[in-house]
Amino acid sequence: MERTGAQILLECLLQEGVESIFGFPGGAVIDIYHHLPDYPALRHFLVRHEQGAIHAADGYARATGRVGVCLVTSGPGATNTVTGIATAYMDSIPVVIITGQVPTPLIGNDAFQEVDIVGISRPCVKHNYLVKDVKDLAWIIKQAFYLARTGRPGPVLVDLPKDVLQAKTVFEYPESISMRSYNPNLAPNRRQVRKVTELLRRSRRPLVYSGGGVISSDAAEELTWLCRTLRIPVTSTLMGLGAFPGDDPLWLGMLGMHGTYAANMAVGHTDLLLAVGARFDDRVTGKISSFAPSAQVVHIDVDPTSIRKNVNVDVPIVADCRQALRGIREELEICSDLPDWSEAHQSWLEQVSEWQRDHPLRYTFSEEPIKPQFVVEKIYELTKGEAIITTEVGQNQMWAAQFSKFHRPRTFLTSGGLGTMGYGFPAAIGAQVAFPDKLVIDIAGDGSIQMNIQEMATAVSYNIPVKIVILNNGYLGMVRQWQELFYAKNYCATCMHLNPDFVKLAEAYGAAGFRVTKAADVERVLKEAFAVPGPAIVDVVVEPEENVYPMVPAGAALTDMLLV
Amino acid sequence: MRHVLSVLVENEPGVLSRVVGLFSGRGFNIETLNVGPTLEDGLSLMTITTSGEEQIIEQITKQLRKLVTVVKVVDLTHLQSVEREMVLIKVNAEDERRAEVLRIADIFRCKVVDVSGNDLTLEITGDQGKIRAIVSLLQRFGIKEFARTGTVAMRRSMQVD
Ligand SMILES: Cc1ncc(C[n+]2csc(CCOP(=O)(O)OP(=O)(O)O)c2C)c(N)n1
Repeated sequence: MERTGAQILLECLLQEGVESIFGFPGGAVIDIYHHLPDYPALRHFLVRHEQGAIHAADGYARATGRVGVCLVTSGPGATNTVTGIATAYMDSIPVVIITGQVPTPLIGNDAFQEVDIVGISRPCVKHNYLVKDVKDLAWIIKQAFYLARTGRPGPVLVDLPKDVLQAKTVFEYPESISMRSYNPNLAPNRRQVRKVTELLRRSRRPLVYSGGGVISSDAAEELTWLCRTLRIPVTSTLMGLGAFPGDDPLWLGMLGMHGTYAANMAVGHTDLLLAVGARFDDRVTGKISSFAPSAQVVHIDVDPTSIRKNVNVDVPIVADCRQALRGIREELEICSDLPDWSEAHQSWLEQVSEWQRDHPLRYTFSEEPIKPQFVVEKIYELTKGEAIITTEVGQNQMWAAQFSKFHRPRTFLTSGGLGTMGYGFPAAIGAQVAFPDKLVIDIAGDGSIQMNIQEMATAVSYNIPVKIVILNNGYLGMVRQWQELFYAKNYCATCMHLNPDFVKLAEAYGAAGFRVTKAADVERVLKEAFAVPGPAIVDVVVEPEENVYPMVPAGAALTDMLLV
Repeated sequence: MRHVLSVLVENEPGVLSRVVGLFSGRGFNIETLNVGPTLEDGLSLMTITTSGEEQIIEQITKQLRKLVTVVKVVDLTHLQSVEREMVLIKVNAEDERRAEVLRIADIFRCKVVDVSGNDLTLEITGDQGKIRAIVSLLQRFGIKEFARTGTVAMRRSMQVD
């Protein structure tokens, strides 16, 4: 039986096990939408802006580990996704973006709603395709999903001209994929693994620095085993939060620009840095030349380009993090003369806990105005780490990372690499669609939330009960903090005059709205908001000029921290 | 240091811009780039010359390998290889100087591919050194037009050291 390209696409999505699609229609994809009702297993969520669709697909992917799918029309629909594509690319998130395109005979003619999205998105996708013949559609979709989720995951875009969607052919889904030019290396090299165990054996001050790769390769369990068994303290990037239990005494908190004192000092003094699924981003390393100055560096990453891009590495292991960590474990298990790890690392662990004790994260409590850190602590207390937390970008993001604890992977979703304001709310919608029974909370700033607030209509119309907690400081806080510290308090263009009334805004969309101004009310109001059955906004009026500390000024050494 | 990379790619639309975009987007430099189909259907060979420190070159080759349409990358720099470039030079050659230009052309085994009353067009193949030498010799006559292909290169079968 012959089917149209539009039907074939939907068949392919079924075959890939897709169940949720985030999208927005238009002329170029109307054929897909025409057939969508015939596929009730594919739930489509109509967003209010294509950026919302791609972030929601991304949030879905981060929360589940599966490929998120986003469907938009040609031209402006496609360009509206670019920020979200770049966001997913920087954080290695598997999403497939389906864009409509003008009919093939019109391509290149500046046709109505034509844009070269394959060209525009090229620098920020793992790969992309323009489908020119309906006969190629099935294998391209198969490849797209395969590429998105294997190796170092990432976004893959498929551009579908309208005539291809209308053309007919017999549908056959290819069973296997062979690509001569794409064969990610997943298994670690034995000799390198042996070198690592040798280094571990000799090290007296080891430190694990883990990143998002641990989460995307589902290696949290292996990481936790290694650190607990060998008694190695752990720090992680923003993207790595949740891979190691946040209440374990070995956990030092995040490192880097807003990392903890203990984590950054540990990096400064370690003799063996085990970097797992992390890429030595400049927000993490500070001044490269003084990063981990006395350490041998082991770097495990599935992407060879990550290795030696920023720092020199003594033992590179190009492999899937989980397979590499398992390899190390197996190697250790066959060694006979292992040291007593607690004894070997004793003085180091004492040193580290001294740093933790002497310089914990802190802030000065105040009843009114409320301190934003207090709100984050309360959220953690009420949810005990059971919620999925998303964030926007800025101070809200850093406080969320610092003052909550994460115990499980895929419970903290944030735009790490690109730092995209407007990410958190649609991502929360995506996560909530995947986990309807979990509590999903977007910790937001008053600036960021306004970048995709229109998705409140999406949340209300599908009764997606996401809770938004706005740490409302009336500023683009993080930029204001830089202006305060490094630009002589010239608060140019960072004051959010005339913010909307967020309570009324929630209500206008048909959601619940709450406001808190006193610390004593925070717990009660949060509880109330978390208990309402639908989406809600909690507008928390916080101290306008609170800063995120500790802080390593951009380009300084990690150990040169501004403390509170 | 200058490096010559031999890059085998899937011959499909957009592959050149993927490669070039990688260079420009990451701030790497391309000195010459040459592309043509291979004998195998669907594959093209690019020869790219670039320069940079070892760590940059390592990034370039790894990043190239990471592109889904790139099949193979070989850095020929540390191998024994044959490097050639073809150049067309239109040089001033009025009557009294024509003989001299032709003599130089002869020494360098150039081919004369076009003649007029005032100029000669020469075709030269050779490695970079040879091209540089003839260009500097011909410059005093006045070079009117100059077109070069960029390097093509191939690993030698025998790697003797
Ligand atoms: C789309 C986008 N535009 C600009 C920025 C630059 N930026 C980084 S943090 C920040 C301030 C965010 O303000 P707000 O959302 O109110 O959060 P706060 O820092 O006050 O918690 C800005 C403007 C960005 N990260 N993303």
